[in-house]
Amino acid sequence: MSQQPIIEMKGIVKTYNVGQPNELEILHGVDLTVYPGEFVAIVGESGSGKSTLMNIIGALDRPTKGSYILDGLDIAQAGDKELSRIRNQKIGFVFQTFNLIARTSALKNVELPMLYAGIGAKERTQRARELLHLVQMDQREKHQPNELSGGQKQRVAIARALANHPSLLLADEPTGALDSATSRTVMDLFHQLHRSGMTIVLITHSQQLAEECSRILTLRDGQFIGERKGAGPSAVI
Amino acid sequence: MQLFDNVQLALTSLWANKMRALLTMLGIIIGIGSVIAIVTLGDSLTGNITEDLQGLGVSNITVSLQQKNEDSGDMVHLFGPSQPEESDLITDEMIAEYQDAFEGQIAAISLTQSVGVGQVTQQDTSANVTVTGVNADYMNANDVTLLAGRFIQDTDGERQIAVVSDLFCETIFGTSSSQVLGREFEMTVNNQLLRFYVVGIYEYEDNGFLSLTGEDPVTDFYIPLDTARKVSGASQGYQSFTVVASASADTSWLLEQTKSFFSSYYTRNPSYTATASNMEAMVEMMTSMLGTVQVAISAIAAISLLVGGIGVMNIMLVSITERTREIGTRKALGAPGIAIRMQFITEAVVICSIGGIIGILLGLIMGASGAALLGYAVRPSLSAIATAVGFSMAIGVFFGYYPANKAAKMDPIEALRYE
Repeated sequence: MSQQPIIEMKGIVKTYNVGQPNELEILHGVDLTVYPGEFVAIVGESGSGKSTLMNIIGALDRPTKGSYILDGLDIAQAGDKELSRIRNQKIGFVFQTFNLIARTSALKNVELPMLYAGIGAKERTQRARELLHLVQMDQREKHQPNELSGGQKQRVAIARALANHPSLLLADEPTGALDSATSRTVMDLFHQLHRSGMTIVLITHSQQLAEECSRILTLRDGQFIGERKGAGPSAVI
Repeated sequence: MQLFDNVQLALTSLWANKMRALLTMLGIIIGIGSVIAIVTLGDSLTGNITEDLQGLGVSNITVSLQQKNEDSGDMVHLFGPSQPEESDLITDEMIAEYQDAFEGQIAAISLTQSVGVGQVTQQDTSANVTVTGVNADYMNANDVTLLAGRFIQDTDGERQIAVVSDLFCETIFGTSSSQVLGREFEMTVNNQLLRFYVVGIYEYEDNGFLSLTGEDPVTDFYIPLDTARKVSGASQGYQSFTVVASASADTSWLLEQTKSFFSSYYTRNPSYTATASNMEAMVEMMTSMLGTVQVAISAIAAISLLVGGIGVMNIMLVSITERTREIGTRKALGAPGIAIRMQFITEAVVICSIGGIIGILLGLIMGASGAALLGYAVRPSLSAIATAVGFSMAIGVFFGYYPANKAAKMDPIEALRYE
């Protein structure tokens, strides 16, 4: 592929408690390249370093060693302020536990990343409405998180993740807290977004979900041990 | 992140914990409330006293005899001041010379001779009056408003005439109209039954706190100076009199000049001297005294504000701990540290401002009802209110900064993982 990659990681090492007796190396030189429009699954058992890798991909943390270029920006060298801006502009997070802001309407939740981006109130509301329409939650824009079901919450969270036109949608066990039927609607939404050209990285421990992606990477003990093609949406039973 | 969004956010989170927010505000409410109540009460008091004293003529100079301080162990002083001899009194000659010396500076010289309390009985009713001999200038010096007839004149000599209050007329004659003028009545004063007739009626004024108003106020009853001397058997001369400075005169200069002018007559007098004073000094003294009391009570209120501020800080620390995941989420969505810091500082400022506003309202109500109970006109202090608002916001910033900064510095990964 001749396109510039969205994620370009080389020799990522993450060590905790550097220089102390309890020094612990979680990632031992991970290489990862993700191109625009890909739907990549990263699969691993718990303790494999999935979360640590996700934090680094999501610019929540910096690697101890190695280089990481996200959409042309050097994450390994960025300062805290720069990382905030990158998270805001380049990455859309989807969490297992949704993490919607309590006592705040669905609409306001979707507006939040745009608020931090300094977008005006009128434009924010308009875009948030469009996004809620996209995830079929436009009837619930006034509802607060405690008035929504799990699947509805996750759809609002996905709308929020898309607010600032991110280069990458980073989903961490997005169906982990949902039953199989609602999981299905959420995964269908990911497929829909993928078809419209969104780059998605899905982190999961479920082989079954991973099969639905175009590429599957398996992480074990802080290293990738395998890469294979997924079946894509056709894997859906 | 705009201020408006922050304020909205703060109000939402406060509304979610109404009881907690109210309890937190209590310290601020009590602190601000007591300061405002005390300042309102104090300002009303000062304003009214100043006004009352001004009604008495703040720029008037009172010249009076004063006993010379003899610390020779004179036992007599222990039993109260001795009465001045006739030779010690200020004479008409001294006053005439003074008037000549400061011509143009003096608008009026009010002379009085007190006689005592008299009782007027007419048929079934009776009224008590304070009988005072006065000269014509008395009216100008004391803001007496004449309703009918004329005031006492210097040519009235020893005539048995009187200027009485409208209130007195109502009591004795049942009317205060000009029909009363010329009416005769009898009065008992100093164990003498005397016959007077009315030449003038003045408007009775309630002096506010300076007069001890009973059900039947004792009103002033003015008679000519010479008549008063005859009735009371007093000697010629005055223990005190009042000088009204002319509008163009420099009162403080005149005060000093008057003091030295009269004391020069008494340099050789062994026991008495004359001194001059005016109300301005008294008003100043009273104002500064009240000011001191206000500062002292405000200091106590400041301690309550400090305690309130610590309460706000405490609740903010609890709040950010509770909302650790929220903070983590916000950071993951790209909130920079400064946005988080501003959010929580705004929340603290909003708590303190609401507390401050409630405190101001409560303080105004308390201060106003206090002033109203004491019978003073209420004067809310705008500067105190503005200071209170500013101060409560400052408390919010000061005590909110530490928790807000703690929130801003949270590690997003740790915060997202927080249970």
